[in-house]
Amino acid sequence: MMPNTSPKIALAGVHKAFGSKVVLDGINLEIEDRSSTVIIGGSGAGKSVMLKCILGLLNPDSGTILFDGFPLDRRSRTKVDFYGRIGMLFQGAALFDSLPVWENVGFGLLQGKRMSRIDARDVAIEKLRRVGLDDDVANLFPSELSGGMQKRVGLARAIASNPEVIFFDEPTTGLDPIMADVINELIIELVRDIGATAISITHDMASANKIADKIAMIYRGQIIWQGPASDINNSNNKYVDQFVHGRAEGPIRVGVLDE
Amino acid sequence: MSLLATSGRLAIEAITETGRGVLFLKDTLAHGLTPPFYFRTIFSQMMRIGYNSLPVIGLTAFFTGGVLALQIYVGGSRFNAENIVASIVALGIIRELGPVIAGLMVAGRVSAAIAAEIGTMRVTEQIDALITLSTSPFRYLVAPRLFAAVLSLPILVAIADTIGILGGYIVGTQSLGFNPQSYIKNTADIIEFNDVFSGLVKSAVFGFIIAFMGCYHGYYSRGGAQGVGRATTSAVVSSSIFILAANYALTSLIFSE
Repeated sequence: MMPNTSPKIALAGVHKAFGSKVVLDGINLEIEDRSSTVIIGGSGAGKSVMLKCILGLLNPDSGTILFDGFPLDRRSRTKVDFYGRIGMLFQGAALFDSLPVWENVGFGLLQGKRMSRIDARDVAIEKLRRVGLDDDVANLFPSELSGGMQKRVGLARAIASNPEVIFFDEPTTGLDPIMADVINELIIELVRDIGATAISITHDMASANKIADKIAMIYRGQIIWQGPASDINNSNNKYVDQFVHGRAEGPIRVGVLDE
Repeated sequence: MSLLATSGRLAIEAITETGRGVLFLKDTLAHGLTPPFYFRTIFSQMMRIGYNSLPVIGLTAFFTGGVLALQIYVGGSRFNAENIVASIVALGIIRELGPVIAGLMVAGRVSAAIAAEIGTMRVTEQIDALITLSTSPFRYLVAPRLFAAVLSLPILVAIADTIGILGGYIVGTQSLGFNPQSYIKNTADIIEFNDVFSGLVKSAVFGFIIAFMGCYHGYYSRGGAQGVGRATTSAVVSSSIFILAANYALTSLIFSE
């Protein structure tokens, strides 16, 4: 086979509006295979909506989203087994609070891939170990865990089926700086071990600098800058500079009336 | 002008809501009636919806049967018709009050609980997580609750009917001085298959309404704790109204001949 140089995921002209409020205003972005792309941007810039459009949790108004060159829409997601090939770490971990930890981790294996409970439990425990959690955590319920541990369980769930692409929604938000770094380290290791493509959205620059090969910045529903992570401090882009250095003064106006 | 705008907005909202409800129903049927079925979830939901509702249903039915006996005795004595107490208690409970009161009580208990649970899952992104784990929320969350409610309500209503008649019997024999044997005989003589059947059909429909409204409002809840609260209220209010409306429609349909 020819080496695959086409992007793993490509967005072209993706628009999404809620009523009169335009959130995505023609997003064009290509995600290289086996790379780690971080999308940065302020609150309300459209990061989450973009992610939800890729995941099929929202339908874009126009534009195309390609997965391995295959256009994604409501129907085709089942055809290419999209959800069997991706993993997602939600911002609040989004663990199912009615199920014990191991069933959370093995959920995709039990429901999506119809694995037996015994096998799924073994995989779940292995994945929990992989994110640094003891075996006895497996039988606890999510509400009995701290925020950092819930994030780890969420990570274990995201990698449980060895996905090709892993999405991270604000992976470090709400964690203390040390736990945030632990999660960043885990993300780097796991993505490398599985050989997955990683797509993260964050406004935490420390996290972005740590986990990204490539950074893209979204502002007012458009990608206004993208490049290698090493260039983020020399972007020659006033918007990026302002964001990276966290300055209130600059071209990005964060007005109270802006929303 | 503002009156026109308001009525227009209300009309659009009503149409939107109806359309969304129909689409929700379509997705539920499309996913819920095809395998895999979650039998374990259906069973545990039946325990929650049916079994755990027994105390409240039993108490309500008992007092309703009792008060019905009292009222009919007082009312009937005005034209010397006290002896119809047993018959009217039995018919009233089985045809109307059993299904409606059980339906309304379960609507308050279960519709609210379902809306709160699914609504919380929505606002904490657990429903999104289900989708990303190749699991349809309609199949995994909605369908088992609907099955469980449709199966549980007729059983609950059969129990409510029995306890309601027992309530009437106890009041009738203990405080109104009816002869126990003739009370039971009058009750048994008046009940026909159609009465029981119609009550059970009604209750299955009510079960569907209760679970559907709970799931629907929970599924579309927005905006954190407040949104979940709103969803819970809407679920109880709408399921109660739909139960009463469906009750009228079904009664006129079943007893039209």
